Amino acid sequence: MSNLTTTGSNTTVSSGGLPSRRNTELAMLVFAVLIPIFAYANVGLAMNDRLPSGMLGYGFGLALLAGVGHLVVRRYAPYADPLLLPLATLLNGLGLVLIWRLDQSERLHQRAEDIFGAFTPDAPKQLLYSSIGLALFVAILLLLKDHRVLQRYTYISMAVGLVLLVLPVFFKPVNGARIWISVGSVNLQPGEFVKIIIAVFFAGYLMVKRDALALASRRFMGLYLPRGRDLGPILVIWGLSLMILVFETDLGTSLLFFGLFVIMLYVATERTSWIVFGLLLSAGGATAVASFEPHVQQRVQAWLDPMATYLKSKQGIPGYSEQAMQALWAFGSGGVLGTGWGQGNSDLIGFAANSDFILATVGEEMGLTGMMAFLMLYGLIVERGVRTALAARDPFGKLLAVGLSGAFALQVFVVAGGVMGLIPLTGMTMPFLASGGSSVIANWALIGILIRISDTARRPAPAPAPSPDAEMTQVVRP
Amino acid sequence: MNKPLRRIAIFCGLLVMALLVRTNWLQFVQADELKTDPKNRRVDIARYAQPRGNIIVDGKSITGSTVVNGTDFKYKRTYKNGELWSPVTGYASQAVGANQLEKLYDPFLTGDDDRLFFNRTVDMITGKPQKGGNIVTTLNAKAQKAAYDGLGDKKGAVAAINPKTGAILALANKPSYDPSSFAGVNTKDSETFAKLDKSEEQPMLNRALRQTYPPGSTFKVVTAAAGLESGKYDIDSKTDSPDPYRLPLTTRDLGNEGNNPACKNASIRVALQWSCNTVFAKMSDELGNDEMMKAAEKFGFNRDQEDGSQDTPVRPSPSVYPKDNRPQNAQAGIGQASNRATPLQMAMVAAAVANDGKLMKPYMVDQLVAPNLNVVEQTKPEELSQPVSSENAQKLQSAMETVVEKGTGTAGKIPGVTVGGKTGTAQHGENNKDNPYAWFISYAKTSDGSPVAVAVVVESSDTLRSDIAGGRLAAPIAKSVMEAVLDEQKR
Repeated sequence: MSNLTTTGSNTTVSSGGLPSRRNTELAMLVFAVLIPIFAYANVGLAMNDRLPSGMLGYGFGLALLAGVGHLVVRRYAPYADPLLLPLATLLNGLGLVLIWRLDQSERLHQRAEDIFGAFTPDAPKQLLYSSIGLALFVAILLLLKDHRVLQRYTYISMAVGLVLLVLPVFFKPVNGARIWISVGSVNLQPGEFVKIIIAVFFAGYLMVKRDALALASRRFMGLYLPRGRDLGPILVIWGLSLMILVFETDLGTSLLFFGLFVIMLYVATERTSWIVFGLLLSAGGATAVASFEPHVQQRVQAWLDPMATYLKSKQGIPGYSEQAMQALWAFGSGGVLGTGWGQGNSDLIGFAANSDFILATVGEEMGLTGMMAFLMLYGLIVERGVRTALAARDPFGKLLAVGLSGAFALQVFVVAGGVMGLIPLTGMTMPFLASGGSSVIANWALIGILIRISDTARRPAPAPAPSPDAEMTQVVRP
Repeated sequence: MNKPLRRIAIFCGLLVMALLVRTNWLQFVQADELKTDPKNRRVDIARYAQPRGNIIVDGKSITGSTVVNGTDFKYKRTYKNGELWSPVTGYASQAVGANQLEKLYDPFLTGDDDRLFFNRTVDMITGKPQKGGNIVTTLNAKAQKAAYDGLGDKKGAVAAINPKTGAILALANKPSYDPSSFAGVNTKDSETFAKLDKSEEQPMLNRALRQTYPPGSTFKVVTAAAGLESGKYDIDSKTDSPDPYRLPLTTRDLGNEGNNPACKNASIRVALQWSCNTVFAKMSDELGNDEMMKAAEKFGFNRDQEDGSQDTPVRPSPSVYPKDNRPQNAQAGIGQASNRATPLQMAMVAAAVANDGKLMKPYMVDQLVAPNLNVVEQTKPEELSQPVSSENAQKLQSAMETVVEKGTGTAGKIPGVTVGGKTGTAQHGENNKDNPYAWFISYAKTSDGSPVAVAVVVESSDTLRSDIAGGRLAAPIAKSVMEAVLDEQKR
């Protein structure tokens, strides 16, 4: 019986007996640790002709993080999805190597010294953030025995989420966008955490309201039009995301926030009309804001004509950035196979080369091949997340899992698409890869919650009441 | 809830798919375009990542590379005697880019050229850095130096070519610039370049190739060639030329320098000897605009630049003999209307006459040599046209030799060598108020043909007007250039 259903985790109800797959996870983790260590050695050999001195410490650190993660999952979430942890570890590890590689760049040293007077490497900080992120991951698995507990905090999440969203308005903008809050010496990008908290709120809220939203509607031209009062919440969220765009000039968070809501609303109500409304509202809102907000206009212009923006930036006209064009050159110069670790010139991007634009380094040094591999890794995380949603047995879990993976997918799309010039650039960072504490910590938390949901989903159900039908419907046994 | 979930899964898949398509588009379809975009800094970084190949004159390189410790560039271009050679080399600057030979042969000098693929591959396998190829030029170091020193402090240019092959022997320019002075990438380099570029003295203008002047009396050689070719005139038969000559359809009379009585009804030989305006203005009018244009075009005027037939390989500015009305066309016959010529063009006129009427295509790159010393490309002399018949060319030669023997060009005389030449003094500016240009074109001949033809132009700004006859200012320069080439021949 069990070997029939090993691949059956996409069914909604699996009647127990699934293998825990913890050993698969362990084997995958070995790869997820070894690959970044090889990459690390590769950078050192390419740039300085010798193995980097920190290799042992780095390898040990990454292995320790992965080992702790694995043991905690084995003990506290034994039925969890076996791929999520290795995927996150691999991306986090490679991200560390990429950041370390850019720390070696003379050009970036020069730039930092010219602007700030001194250069501080980002890789040690990132390793610290990764440890904090993993600690949060462990804490979630230890403390959150069942994801349904989160349902109790629906309205608290809403309040916290709104506060976090609004807070950056009161801090001074960094590079044109108000997405930071600083407490003492700690800088936080609350947008990264908000996506999780808001997903919790939406899941809780929609689970309660979904019947009202889905059923009480009129049919018009093949679409189900919701009632006026049910339209309220979606309009509120829409207004809020536009306000983020206007007051925080943060295109990415705004898009992510609204997209997340539309996805979850659609899943909760199964009404296509919400998608249509969502698209219409976001298109209308974006056009309206773009018509008067100079920051957004600049981004759109840089997207439509990166070369002109580059030339203006080179002439020293303020408000123009050469980054978009530099990123395109980095990708193009990488070609199919890339220049190899440490041998590209993606540091020409200068500002944010190791955060928003880190993907350009992947593109140049690992080429098209590496880019496709990275995109597939992200695709796999999203796919495991959605699969978790399918497997989850309760609507709250389903909504939360699809919300989190949808938000993850949107973020990857918005960032990677922005850096590659597919859509206008936004101020968000590539999950796990980019340098930045908030991002890596929040994403470890996201993976933690997904693992918890998948564990609950795949955990053997309490033995079902014996039913004669069950025996009757069995197919031929092998 | 699973149906919308599956759709969301597909939607997320589409997002990833869009990214995959985009990365393929950037890194496969557009990769080459982005990679080789001249504004892409990596192109410059790669260009200076290894020593650049050299430009060679007479077996010695006139360029070099030096190690610099910048974040972007490992090497920098250097020039030996840059002011002397900059009309040939052009510049290769990290701050402002490249021009002339440095630009045209950039892939070869960096080693990126397809013809160096084999070298590159061997270097890659053996772990050696990529090497660039060398450019062997046709220039003659002694002639170049004679030309440059001869110009002294005066503004002007010299072009010398080998009439038999078209090989360029000298290409001097004054005032000049040293391309080493802005070869780097610092602000100082950019500032030096900007200063040179904006200077009123125009040191960056390659006058020998890129500046057109009214050719003045040196153009009379072209008019004489047209006259002989038409069959209406012969070298020693008298012409029907009044002195002064009234320009057609006008009331303006054209006279001769010093009111020389010999000019009245002078033959072509005598008219060239004393540079008679009246004879050649009338001849140009009698031949007509069309025929004069045709004759000039055979010497290289009015050439279409796009077909590359004029490229040396550095493309010279076009010399022109335009369509014009009768009085203008008559004046054009003495080089004083809207016809203009580069020094190189006038050297080609002298060379075609010296080479018995055959005009060879001028070129300055003899060989491209790979780092392993294999010759990758060898330029073969190429005949451009035959502006005059061999018979008429010899008649013109004897007339031009008379000019140097006992006419206006005696300053170009070299003992024991047959020299033919023609002086010119081209007026310019409104009502000729600016100082005229002094011209001299000449060739030297030995027993086996002519090894050198020269054109010299001096834009004199500080000499008295009366003193500016091509014979006084320009001929001595031409003489020393010819001597430099002849000396080499003897050894």
